[in-house]
Amino acid sequence: MPEYLVRLAQAHESFRKVELQALADVAGVTLQFVKYEEDSPYCIVNLCSDSAARKIITRSILAQGIYELWGQGSTYRTLHQSVRLLSGFQWPHYENASFRFTVEGYRGGRSASEQRDIIDSFSYMALKGQPRMRLPDVAFRVFEDYDLDAKEPKYLYFGRLVAESPRNEAKRTFDLKKRHYISTTSMDAELTLLTANIAHVAPGKLFYDPFMGTGGFPIACAHFGAVVFGSDIDGRTIRGTGGSARRGQTGKYDVVGNFRQYGIESSYLGAFVSDLTNTPLRIPPPTMDLTTGYLDGIVCDPPYGIREGLKVLGSRQALLETEKQTHQDQYKAPGYIPPKRPYSFTALLDDILAFAVATLVEDGRISMWMPTANDEDIELIIPSHPCLELTSVCVQAFNKWSRRLLTYRRRRESEVPEGTLESAKKEYEKGTRASELNDFRRKYFQGFKEFESMKKEFVRLKMNSRATEETVGTAEEREART
Amino acid sequence: MKLLTLNFLTCAIKTCKTNSASFPLHPRDAELEIVEADVNLPFLKNILPRLMWDELRGICTELGLPELPATPPTPADLIQPSSSTPETTDAAPIAEADEEPSQTAKDLHRVLLETCIQEGKLVCGACEHEYAVKEGVANFLLPGHLV
Repeated sequence: MPEYLVRLAQAHESFRKVELQALADVAGVTLQFVKYEEDSPYCIVNLCSDSAARKIITRSILAQGIYELWGQGSTYRTLHQSVRLLSGFQWPHYENASFRFTVEGYRGGRSASEQRDIIDSFSYMALKGQPRMRLPDVAFRVFEDYDLDAKEPKYLYFGRLVAESPRNEAKRTFDLKKRHYISTTSMDAELTLLTANIAHVAPGKLFYDPFMGTGGFPIACAHFGAVVFGSDIDGRTIRGTGGSARRGQTGKYDVVGNFRQYGIESSYLGAFVSDLTNTPLRIPPPTMDLTTGYLDGIVCDPPYGIREGLKVLGSRQALLETEKQTHQDQYKAPGYIPPKRPYSFTALLDDILAFAVATLVEDGRISMWMPTANDEDIELIIPSHPCLELTSVCVQAFNKWSRRLLTYRRRRESEVPEGTLESAKKEYEKGTRASELNDFRRKYFQGFKEFESMKKEFVRLKMNSRATEETVGTAEEREART
Repeated sequence: MKLLTLNFLTCAIKTCKTNSASFPLHPRDAELEIVEADVNLPFLKNILPRLMWDELRGICTELGLPELPATPPTPADLIQPSSSTPETTDAAPIAEADEEPSQTAKDLHRVLLETCIQEGKLVCGACEHEYAVKEGVANFLLPGHLV
């Protein structure tokens, strides 16, 4: 298979491979990574053809473009040798084509005259066509990879452009600053599009977001062709009478308006007000066969309980009979607001997974964001379900906490061993106040202090165990698996 | 909310979930609106096996919409038979992108994806609980005594 060079953006590094793999899976093409480093924007992959490469990159948010690899080397001498060897037979195809020839440096660069010298050094390719910067028939590029503050590049690539990604255009179009209606916790547009890609969104599929807010995720999914619907416990955010996060904004601003802004209203089924723990969506009983799901995917960013409260229907304390009677008498009145109570974050995550198992089709995906303090042993607290396979974990790190995008695949019925569905009743945090119920919230508001000392202790223990026994192998295995 | 949403919604009360009468929810005093949209053939094909056909037919009757056929269409029914030389069997199969929606697909699209409920109520057939629809958004939050 030919080798291709993917020019990645040097951002959200842990998402990059996952996104490319997900897009390859959606397009149904085989993708093999030949060379990939978190620290480098250059990635070499094996793909069967230009059209496969185009299919992947024309949806990618974290790639900038894909090039057929025509040569590589650590010096210009070896690069030219490699170009002659790898691509010599291709030169005649492009002999009379109009072309563009550019030089790009990562963490370094060249002056215009040096660039011209570099380009001239490729004269042996004998391109006779017109040089054209705009819309040429073919575009070539020399890539120089520098170490930080180095004078000379450490490695060079040369490639023929196959496809450019929609990254810049999509980021510009969906920029939150230009979006009609947003709220305080709207997710960055780049990350919503990325989430949609990782969740295997594709034309014709049906996607749902149980915590839609102002609709950031459904919009991203609809942009890639899915039909979407969503819900939120706060009807005001959906109907839009709650106003906007922008100062002084008045008038009708709602989720439908967002879809209208991007011209994807026809992919929006609608939204309803509901609580995931009392969802109105059809939940086939677990005793029925597992193939009755109807959602192709679920994407969500559950409320963390910090800026957005984590609440479900119910009351903090069990209602007295007289109180129940009051609710019953008054619930039809126009201004009635149902009581809500804080809820355990870990319980909510497990509820989301159970909901996903009941509603997803086989091989359907659920992608959800989960915040954690940076010093927790993450392997222990990633929620799991026997009917779901964790396919990827991507991390967006902040200072003292980070959030992870967890993606699961709904296993096929044949993959789920019998009897696994009768899961053990889990113990969740008990209490009536938000902080008692939400570990992450408590740590957040304590500035993650109590964990500074624990972190040091944890590192010390790890060092000790590493010195005494060779557990490194298993750690590496675990990394490879994720 | 587009009418297709009713294909997925039941009563939010937990004890109703196991009662078959809780699905579908019955629209009452519904104000309908038609919002034109392009026919999305790949989506119709994908969603077809997941439609609860008899229940959807019932909803259409209750809303006074044109009746759906007694049996669900097959995926082939959704595609307009190619008008130009359908006899040539040696020609390459038509690419998915070139497929034209048939009248069946257009009718289905009209009902499921262009008909929207703007105002009204959705009523559970088992417990009679009413869920209000306002500005096209249904409210499924349960009052204190039902949680």
